[in-house]
Amino acid sequence: MTVADQPTEVLAVPAERGATCPFDPPPAYDHARENDPVAQVSLFDGSTAWMLTRHEDVRAVLQDRRFSADATRAGFPFLSPGRRELATGKPTFIRMDDPEHARLRRMLTSDFVIKRVEEMRPQVRAIAVELLDAMTRGRDHADLVTEFALPLPSLVICLLLGVPYEDHAYFQKCSSTLLNSASSADEVHQAREELNDYIKRLAESKRDHGDQDIISRLMRREDLTPDEVATMGTLLLIAGHETTANMTSLSILTLLRMPEQMQRLRSDPALIRGAVEELLRYLSIVHTGLPRVATEDVEIGGRTIHAGDGVLLMINTANRDSATFPDADALDVGRDARRHLAFGFGVHQCLGQPLARAELQIALDVLLTGLPNLRLAVPFEEIPFRHDMLIYGVHSLPVAW
Amino acid sequence: MADDGGTRMRVEADRSLCMGAGMCALNAPEVFDQDEDEGLVVVLDAEPPAGRRYAVRDAVHLCPASAIRLVEDQG
Repeated sequence: MTVADQPTEVLAVPAERGATCPFDPPPAYDHARENDPVAQVSLFDGSTAWMLTRHEDVRAVLQDRRFSADATRAGFPFLSPGRRELATGKPTFIRMDDPEHARLRRMLTSDFVIKRVEEMRPQVRAIAVELLDAMTRGRDHADLVTEFALPLPSLVICLLLGVPYEDHAYFQKCSSTLLNSASSADEVHQAREELNDYIKRLAESKRDHGDQDIISRLMRREDLTPDEVATMGTLLLIAGHETTANMTSLSILTLLRMPEQMQRLRSDPALIRGAVEELLRYLSIVHTGLPRVATEDVEIGGRTIHAGDGVLLMINTANRDSATFPDADALDVGRDARRHLAFGFGVHQCLGQPLARAELQIALDVLLTGLPNLRLAVPFEEIPFRHDMLIYGVHSLPVAW
Repeated sequence: MADDGGTRMRVEADRSLCMGAGMCALNAPEVFDQDEDEGLVVVLDAEPPAGRRYAVRDAVHLCPASAIRLVEDQG
């Protein structure tokens, strides 16, 4: 690595979040964006990587095929032993490069096209309304995470995949272990094997039925083994509920803290579509960086990133870059925030983003319309934030109405 | 067609680069769609009217895989 003009103090990542606003990225990342946008950082195992924090750079690298998402390549950056196990143990297509990545991803793209997701909206809305009714029946308070934000996307992804929702406590426990930064490599390995075996047994049981769910259809393909189906099913199950669940809770909490923004949405529901993009930008729940490794020497922001150097792309900090989003630290539900990188960018950009958008728009609409007096049931300081998880959010969100 | 400062535009898509993210169909639905089988880009209107220029530019900019292109000819 080029060391000529490195600052003497190398930042260790992940860095601590600031004490003042739990919605903001760690102050050290903001500082890096303004002063050292291609910064050398140190990882848990003592190795170093480059941390990129500007919108322009993060977007460019995510789109640059000279950077690989293959975690088995030397130099690929990891943030914990568990994360290394998660990325390398049984690689899914999100940790592959083309052409293999494209081959596998394209088996799933048709399930998430815009038109297909639009057709699903009435069903998603019906589930959301049912959850709201069950949560509010005879009560005036509840934990929004367990009663609404988590079950909504879980029920939807279970329907799509053909996974029985009755098993949700089980698969949510496994995915919690997989996504916890404090989990050891052994714990991650065991949780992944368990979840994989569960999906594989389920897939085998579907082989001879003519069902149209995703796992059944993947099982009927001749170019996939049952193990590959299980790996893809596991990825979709986890990605399909943890992300939207946390975005939903965190969005509601954010709006409760910013009543003037909440009021704008309540008085003009047509703003919800754009507000979801703005909340995705503002909150960017994948908060510890998207990892890549350079396969060639590449010049970025006046620095040379050498072949074999690891790179962390901080989408949360990039989404707060005022060079792209004026007054970026302010939430403005009327802003055009579509250039955000919350779903990533490049060939790995989130496959399920049309579904995530639909779920978030419907969740916000149903909650804001159905609960005009929605408020926090505990002091803000008591809300447990998910600092320890790969996907940021809150562990619980006690609300009253 | 040439009612926007005399420029014409043509839209091109490279399906070999497309990853089916759907940003084009979301942001310029009159110009782009996705096929049923693989969700890959389909150009509905290769020479869209000038009024769609900004929507097409957005779609091009928001495409994560650089699979679509707007060619603006001075004419």
